[in-house]
Amino acid sequence: MSAILGKKERAILIDPLFNNNPIALQVLGICSALAVTTKLDKAIVMAISLTLVTGFSSLSISLIRNLIPTNVRIIIQLTIIASLVIIADQILKAFVPTISKQLSVFVGLIITNCIVMGRAEAFAMQNPPLESFLDGIGNGLGYSMILIILGVFRELLGSGKILGYTLFRTVNEGGWYYPNGMFLMAPGALFTIAILIWLLRTWKPEQQEKE
Amino acid sequence: MQREGSLYTVIFTTVLCGICSILVASAAVGLKERQQINQILDRQHKILLVSGLVSPSEKLSREGIQNKFKENIEMRLVSFETGEYATNIPVETFDPKRALKDPNLSMKAPPNSAGLIDIPKYGLVYFVKRQGQIDEVILPIQGRGLWSMLYGYLALDKDLNTVRGIIFYEHGETPGLGGEIENPKWCQLWVGRKVYNSAGEVQLAVIKGQAGSADSDPHHVDGLSGATMTSRGVTNLVQFWLSDSAYGKYIKNKKQQGSI
Repeated sequence: MSAILGKKERAILIDPLFNNNPIALQVLGICSALAVTTKLDKAIVMAISLTLVTGFSSLSISLIRNLIPTNVRIIIQLTIIASLVIIADQILKAFVPTISKQLSVFVGLIITNCIVMGRAEAFAMQNPPLESFLDGIGNGLGYSMILIILGVFRELLGSGKILGYTLFRTVNEGGWYYPNGMFLMAPGALFTIAILIWLLRTWKPEQQEKE
Repeated sequence: MQREGSLYTVIFTTVLCGICSILVASAAVGLKERQQINQILDRQHKILLVSGLVSPSEKLSREGIQNKFKENIEMRLVSFETGEYATNIPVETFDPKRALKDPNLSMKAPPNSAGLIDIPKYGLVYFVKRQGQIDEVILPIQGRGLWSMLYGYLALDKDLNTVRGIIFYEHGETPGLGGEIENPKWCQLWVGRKVYNSAGEVQLAVIKGQAGSADSDPHHVDGLSGATMTSRGVTNLVQFWLSDSAYGKYIKNKKQQGSI
């Protein structure tokens, strides 16, 4: 990888994972992070969709960044993002219909996800295509990482399963585990995100906000 | 041309929108066939679920669903006008949604509270066979809830009066409130309820509050709390499709003849 990507490019790709995580540091995209992480498979599909949409929207916006009239740039960005999201939604409907049904409106709502818009406006409008693409993918991966951690904890503690395979046999099925229903509700996700932010800021104290 | 000029902005936006719409349209058209196959499979899966041939936790492959459907389910077409089987129209290709656009296959619905304006002249019935005998009859049902049309299936016993199951496969009600019509626990409450009273009138209804057991309170089902309008919609649509305007005539005929 290092042969293709220089030090700067690698930093752009890796930074959003821990140093500048869109969910944990910038606290963006919380809405979908709560909604689609009750099961790990949903979280993974959502994570992949968002990563690809962010990557390609940043790439295409960066390609035409010098042509976009500044006074309508937000509308132009939204048009491109919306088109990519519709295409992603169509692909999900065709290839993973069950998960697409469970994700329902949240795929469509990627359009309004602050991460996609934020990267387009803050990065892709000023930077060349390759770097913008990496920045989009990197931020998508940062989002994905949090989503997958949430998905693992919520599905395991909420229903005793991972990807539908039973790890903890629940009492209802004659096992020993009392599922914690709170993890399937929004508060479960909020607490888990808060704990993740706490751990991350303990590990990297420079992310703590000044009093 | 100036980058900030109005003309440039208009041209740029138009070209971009053109490119985007070509991309979106080609994705939609290119994937349509696959999506339709998925939709048919989903319906077949729902019919298998409501019939009890497949349990909700069972994981089936695409072929598994198709084979099980072929082996156990038989489709017929019923005319709503005569209440008899329609033999002049092929069953396999009949699509109720498409029939609505064909004046020969659709008619104005009589005034109803299920929010239906046009209905097809014919309706599908699915027979569930167990040991070669017809055991259940499944009727497609649809009607307005609070926000959206609800689409589902109602499974009746071969006596054409006892409910064996109900399932909704498409709706746009509020998740957690009206969306609870998908809740298997609530659907389970329908099992064993009776559609008609001794005079042959449709009595089955979702009531406000709690209904008794199927033996003591045979025509009522618990209402969904926080979803009065959706519950009312479900009552209206179930009553409409079981009334003489739809499947009612057919059910009466078959009861008189004593066999399906």
